[in-house]
Amino acid sequence: MSGSPFAPHTDEETAAMLDAVGVDSEADLFDVPESVRFDGEFGIELRDEREVVAELRQLLGRTDDLTEFMGRGHYEHYVPSVVDNLSLRQEFLTSYTQYQPEIAQGFLQALFEYQSLFVELTGLEIVNASIYDAATALGEAATLAARVRQVDGDRILVPDLLREERRSVLDNYVDGAGLTVEEYPTEDANADVAALADLADDDTVMVYAENPTVRGTIEEDLDGVAAVADEHGALFTLGTDPVALALLERPADVGADVVVGDAATLGLPASYGMGLGLFATREEFLRQVPGRLVGASEDDAGKRAYTLTLQTREQHIRKERATSNICTNQAWVGLRTAMHAFSLGPDGLVELATECVERAEDLAARLDDLTGVSAPVHDHHHFREFVAHTDQPARAVADDLAERGFGVHVVGDHEVQVCVTEVNADETDAFVDAFEEVAR
Amino acid sequence: MSDDERADGGRRPATYDQARWTRGDEYEPLLSEKHGERVEVDGPLPDDLTRDELELPGPSEPELARHYTRLSQMNYGVESGPYPLGSCTMKYNPKFTEDVAALPSAAVHPDRVDERAQGILAAMARLQDYLGRIGGMGAVSLQPPAGAAGEFTGILVARAYHEHRGDERSEIVVPDTAHGTNFASAAMAGYDVVELPSGEDGRVDLDALEAAVSEETAALMLTNPNTLGLFERDIEEIAHVVHDAGGLLYYDGANLNALLGQARPGDMGFDVMHFNLHKTFATPHGGGGPGAGPVGVREELAEFLPTPHVREREARSASDGASGERSDPRAGGGEYEFYEPEHTVGKVHGFHGNWLVLVKALAYIARLGDEGLADASAKAVLNANYLASQIDYEVPHGPFHHEFVASAGDQDAAAVAKRMLDYGVHPPTTKWPEIVDEALMTEPTEVENKQTLDDLAAAFDAARRDDDETLESAPNRTTVRRIDQASAARNPRLSWQALDEE
Repeated sequence: MSGSPFAPHTDEETAAMLDAVGVDSEADLFDVPESVRFDGEFGIELRDEREVVAELRQLLGRTDDLTEFMGRGHYEHYVPSVVDNLSLRQEFLTSYTQYQPEIAQGFLQALFEYQSLFVELTGLEIVNASIYDAATALGEAATLAARVRQVDGDRILVPDLLREERRSVLDNYVDGAGLTVEEYPTEDANADVAALADLADDDTVMVYAENPTVRGTIEEDLDGVAAVADEHGALFTLGTDPVALALLERPADVGADVVVGDAATLGLPASYGMGLGLFATREEFLRQVPGRLVGASEDDAGKRAYTLTLQTREQHIRKERATSNICTNQAWVGLRTAMHAFSLGPDGLVELATECVERAEDLAARLDDLTGVSAPVHDHHHFREFVAHTDQPARAVADDLAERGFGVHVVGDHEVQVCVTEVNADETDAFVDAFEEVAR
Repeated sequence: MSDDERADGGRRPATYDQARWTRGDEYEPLLSEKHGERVEVDGPLPDDLTRDELELPGPSEPELARHYTRLSQMNYGVESGPYPLGSCTMKYNPKFTEDVAALPSAAVHPDRVDERAQGILAAMARLQDYLGRIGGMGAVSLQPPAGAAGEFTGILVARAYHEHRGDERSEIVVPDTAHGTNFASAAMAGYDVVELPSGEDGRVDLDALEAAVSEETAALMLTNPNTLGLFERDIEEIAHVVHDAGGLLYYDGANLNALLGQARPGDMGFDVMHFNLHKTFATPHGGGGPGAGPVGVREELAEFLPTPHVREREARSASDGASGERSDPRAGGGEYEFYEPEHTVGKVHGFHGNWLVLVKALAYIARLGDEGLADASAKAVLNANYLASQIDYEVPHGPFHHEFVASAGDQDAAAVAKRMLDYGVHPPTTKWPEIVDEALMTEPTEVENKQTLDDLAAAFDAARRDDDETLESAPNRTTVRRIDQASAARNPRLSWQALDEE
């Protein structure tokens, strides 16, 4: 067969269909002027399935097999097999946005349950599974802040340690709305609340903080950050983590107006940065929220049923006046996140979060014992990851570790960042041994 | 007379009964109603940093599996039956692409140095190359995580291009038949949107275009074939008008499944485009994502693409517009590298986009090759034309390609769609584009055979024969009956916590 293996037409069927339409060949159906017709070739060979799999296995196999002790916004936890098996059911995987809710109750209910999961974790009333990743969620939070802001103002304040990639996405999202992004200082990795208070003014639209921070530290004065935002009528957006939320004080209780983050920390293994934007906010901002929302209603039989709702916020109805351009987003990842969280249950989730604190603390202590290393650099509680000082240049330490099969981040001339979860914990002894060799 | 023929010689529609679980007065309960648990939280952090309790479902694995299996039975996918949702290209998602995406070598951290992620960079470079050839584009960025993100990125590129020339512009022109995302993406980038009224034939009206463009025009966003399935025959003249005014021509790739191997946006005069990998290149739609919306540009615009961009290290030359700053210039470490395009627009995703989707699309394109891709479009266009020829509803605009927009006439298109649910098919997109009254926007894709298309036609025709009362009471065979949309919006209940408050 020379055509697409996924077009099932027999020659007889094709002939019958062409006949029914009244043309001699498919080519006759294309109303394309001769002058723009493509008569060249892409030069891509048709391969059979076995060949493609073998070829891509080989191609991807060129990537080094490292045990990664890496985080900084993209984390790996063990995803139970049940999540893969259930999420790959074609009814979930191959369906699309629930424009016909009566035939898509399963996905709608799953998304409703996802929303509820994060209502519990954040304490905020409105959640969706409709933003691409943590960075774009932060961008959407900023434009939300601009829409709900009562008075003029254009300043967004973010910590100076914010990942530059997130900062760049944020810049792109807010530029069209006429906002500007400025940094406030951190002190020993956490927000310098006094400095923030000096910087904030009545032109401030939003204050952003992260907990855990990008360096793995736990913030101790989020109430202080919230108070600064509140004093100027700015929104307080908190970047956080679905696992950490099982342990940390609820964002709503520390005054957060919007919560963002990467929800796919539960649900996806390491995926080269693919994620799911966690997005939660207060009920008063409901009509300004970007993306899809699933609500409960009733059907003609008087029973509870689910549907996409408040769609007049969205681009397919509101066009250039929509709250966002978002359309296709990350629903299937949200399904997996919910499956993963519920497979852990509240006990399992708290236990996992507890391990994230304890493993980081233990590993930092072990590295601190090595010659040429002190860890953690920051004098705070940590979650999953921490920064270590190396007497040797950090780049050389990281390269030498890679030669021994381990991946870490370089975050300063003499600073590496190390992340530990149950996925790499079994390799911790070997990692510490390798670190000892390269750090002295 | 066979079983599937009616007395009048027409075809009997199929029927479909979806799974419906009921317990007491309700359908399948929420997981919280089945397995809710509350635990006290007493963690390793100080009390004032720790929450008090956590209340979530905690089902055992068999309970969890049953819950989600039941939910899946309450959902309709491409493998359940035809899914001719216009403009969405709901084609079959080949299974083997999932296997490739699940390879352990694809599951790595995005912050690895280039030398340690050569397989990933090589795969990205190959996909960039494939897409460039397919679109006729000089360079491609894989970073945008969806079609709308691709539009936003493309408009940022256009803005950067104009600003770099010291020629700031304020308007984006968008035809009235365009996807809503076009308008919203342009607005997000800070542009005023100029809506272009379509001509009577459903295509761009050149006079209206002339009137709409000016020295303020940053770009015209165009879908070709457009959302009526019509090829913009005057595309070269359109390109001329836009370019003459100093604007750029943007191609919305939503309908690229019509043109593979037949025509390329780059050859038509488009400067910037996005591809919808989840449409044209068969990656699963996932209930509404993840998708991927790579952006292609003509060579001169490559310096504005998002950072980082992948290139083959050996191919590096002084003229490629790269700043070439490298944290680790270790020689011979690998053949591919990330670099920052000289006048990059920055980033549109926190990392490298929806990587797993990119892998699946790469596998699909490699599987089909030139012949398969061209055949996919040929059969997609044949299927749309055949289906349209078999239904009784009028299709006012043609000749169309991979999709057509029928009119439900004096029927309510939304009600027609609800009724079609009872006939074993997913209905088309309804009530859009607005240029057609009671629109039924239909895209069967190449994956349906003649039998299935006949089933679809029978479903259309059966709904057309049904009286208004029947339409209004549909659907009857789905998990739930018609849902009250007004009440959902009037009294938003968006979580099980909100239900508990009642």
